[in-house]
Amino acid sequence: MAAASTRMPLLRKHPSLLIFLGVLALFTLAVTLMSEAYGPGIISASFVKTLGKTLCLCLIALAMDLVWGYTGILSLGHFAFFGLGGYMIGMWLMYARTRDIVVASLANGALPPTPEEIRDAVAVQIFGVVGGNTFPTIWYFASSFWAQLALVVLVPGLLALVFGWLAFRSRVTGVYLSILTQAMTLALALWLFQNDSGLRGNNGLSGLQNLPGADAIPQSYVSIWFFWASAAALGLAYLLCFWIVSGKFGSVLRGIRDDEARVRFLGYPVEGFKLFVFTLTAVLAGLAGALYYPQAGIINPAEMAPIASVYLAVWVAIGGRGRLYGAVIGAAFVSLVSSVFTGGRVPDVNLGFYTIQWVDWWQVMLGIAFVIVTIVAPKGIGGLFDWFEGVKSPDRKGEPLGPDDGALREKEAVE
Amino acid sequence: MNSLLEVSGVSVTFDGFRAINNLSFTIGPQEMRAIIGPNGAGKTTFMDIVTGKTKPDTGRVVWGERAISLLKLSESQIAQVGIGRKFQRPTVFEDQLVRENLMMAVKRPRGPVPVLFFRPSAADRERVEELAGEIGLADQLDRKSGELSHGQKQWLEIGMLLAQEPKLLLVDEPAAGMTLAEREHTTTLLREAAKTRAVVVVEHDMEFVRRLDCRVTVLHEGAVLAEGSLDFVTQNPEVIEVYLGR
Ligand SMILES: Nc1ncnc2c1ncn2[C@@H]1O[C@H](COP(=O)(O)OP(=O)(O)OP(=O)(O)O)[C@@H](O)[C@H]1O
Ligand SMILES: [Mg+2]
Repeated sequence: MAAASTRMPLLRKHPSLLIFLGVLALFTLAVTLMSEAYGPGIISASFVKTLGKTLCLCLIALAMDLVWGYTGILSLGHFAFFGLGGYMIGMWLMYARTRDIVVASLANGALPPTPEEIRDAVAVQIFGVVGGNTFPTIWYFASSFWAQLALVVLVPGLLALVFGWLAFRSRVTGVYLSILTQAMTLALALWLFQNDSGLRGNNGLSGLQNLPGADAIPQSYVSIWFFWASAAALGLAYLLCFWIVSGKFGSVLRGIRDDEARVRFLGYPVEGFKLFVFTLTAVLAGLAGALYYPQAGIINPAEMAPIASVYLAVWVAIGGRGRLYGAVIGAAFVSLVSSVFTGGRVPDVNLGFYTIQWVDWWQVMLGIAFVIVTIVAPKGIGGLFDWFEGVKSPDRKGEPLGPDDGALREKEAVE
Repeated sequence: MNSLLEVSGVSVTFDGFRAINNLSFTIGPQEMRAIIGPNGAGKTTFMDIVTGKTKPDTGRVVWGERAISLLKLSESQIAQVGIGRKFQRPTVFEDQLVRENLMMAVKRPRGPVPVLFFRPSAADRERVEELAGEIGLADQLDRKSGELSHGQKQWLEIGMLLAQEPKLLLVDEPAAGMTLAEREHTTTLLREAAKTRAVVVVEHDMEFVRRLDCRVTVLHEGAVLAEGSLDFVTQNPEVIEVYLGR
């Protein structure tokens, strides 16, 4: 009997996983059938892109939940990894596309252009805005799709590995770790803002929505393909995260979140576990970024401002941390509502003495919502599911579930 | 001499206050030892040193036949060589099931990669059930450990220690806040454990120590004041003065 349950596949043992994947699949199908490319076009290509980008944000929220909700590391640096992933794929997209254009325009000349001439012309095209005419060293692999794809994983992964190794080894935890991750993000953004960073300073990389060699294919198709890729990435990452947190590894992570000293005395090398999770989630964030920015079309250093990573924490908190679906719902809900309010689609409210313009007031509302959730309903949207199922929080007279900063609070836990 | 743990000449100063003062202490394999002493005598600090939580200013802490210095190891490495610890306050993972708490403690490879691919075998499950039976929590396996009573948490923590299969068990005030019946159960558990390994118990309660029926070390101001049977040390005039006579 006990042995039988070990062999039971993950999907059968956990119906919530099946529900999540089912909903994601249905959503993908519905969007596809309503798109311009494969259906009557009820949903415009630009809205398909918005939805695809939202799925990428759900993916990074999933990563954030693993690192913060489960392990208690409040990282304020995951949008840096997201941005790096975007830059890595953006370099190839921009290079390959510019090269196509340059080759086409040089083809009219009397003599066929040499590879050097092409390369120089591409460099001038790309770096003219920042006064450059040669490729910086970091563009060495930009001509290779596969190399840049590998860098999408390697650059955020290695940065997280080195940063995490230094921070965790010196036992930096809690607020100090959050500040440190934020400082890393800020430093990276400031570096990218410089024109001589080699990544076009505050211009960033643009034209990323155009797939090289696919000019003939309309954006309505490209948008739905990216939407599919984003949905597949989210589904696979969800499976991976679920597998990780549902076994003993998940137990150890939650132990680290609530009482890391105790985990050490059980003989688990806490630093190794933290480093593993930090690096893995950085890679997931990088992948999410690599899927997001081709749909956004442009990436610049402002995207990596520390505030973005704070928003990420807000999404996870509003969705309910420590439950994977909570993070996904939080990210989807907040970013979609946010795009409605900031997109000018909601009419302004005229109070006579003052006109509420949602574009400006949305941020304030989000802030207030965050405060309310933190104080009144710490389980966030995820708490609705508990309420529906009749699951309550334990009565601990206000005691959190462990001594550490990141430990679950009484009202976040379930009986 | 064949010793399992040898602490010699250890001193610790917190901010100018000497909590452990040139302490020397030896324990053999499969020995049960009680440590008593007034509040602030340095009993918990002694455990902190052995388990790697506090690094001493001077002195040596040597472990096992191969005479490994514990001062060079991290907390998790010390736990892996075979030293288990129970804290003064019960510390279990309150948000997790009793079963999960025990499964985490069962002796299996501790690195991130083996833990990631670990799936409990039938033997692991049986071990957890068996341990739960020993500590009297067989019917509580699927409850969150945060819901247990204070005494049950203490037992769960002892169960987790046993699951680690340590060679040396350090137990800080296991009977604090327990009812009489609970204390008896705890005594039995500890004496059972001491049959196959060394156990060091810190305790204030004299009745409890008497029931353990073992050698007693009296700590005072961070150093050993007396050592011997309970009756022997309780007749020592110095001990009476600093501790019992109050
Ligand atoms: N981290 C620390 N910083 C400063 N002083 C400390 C620290 N840890 C312990 N001490 C001091 O060292 C002394 C010994 O403390 P310890 O906790 O070891 O006593 P104890 O024998 O366990 O007492 P009790 O019976 O109350 O548990 C105390 O005076 C305590 O205040
Ligand atoms: Mg103490």
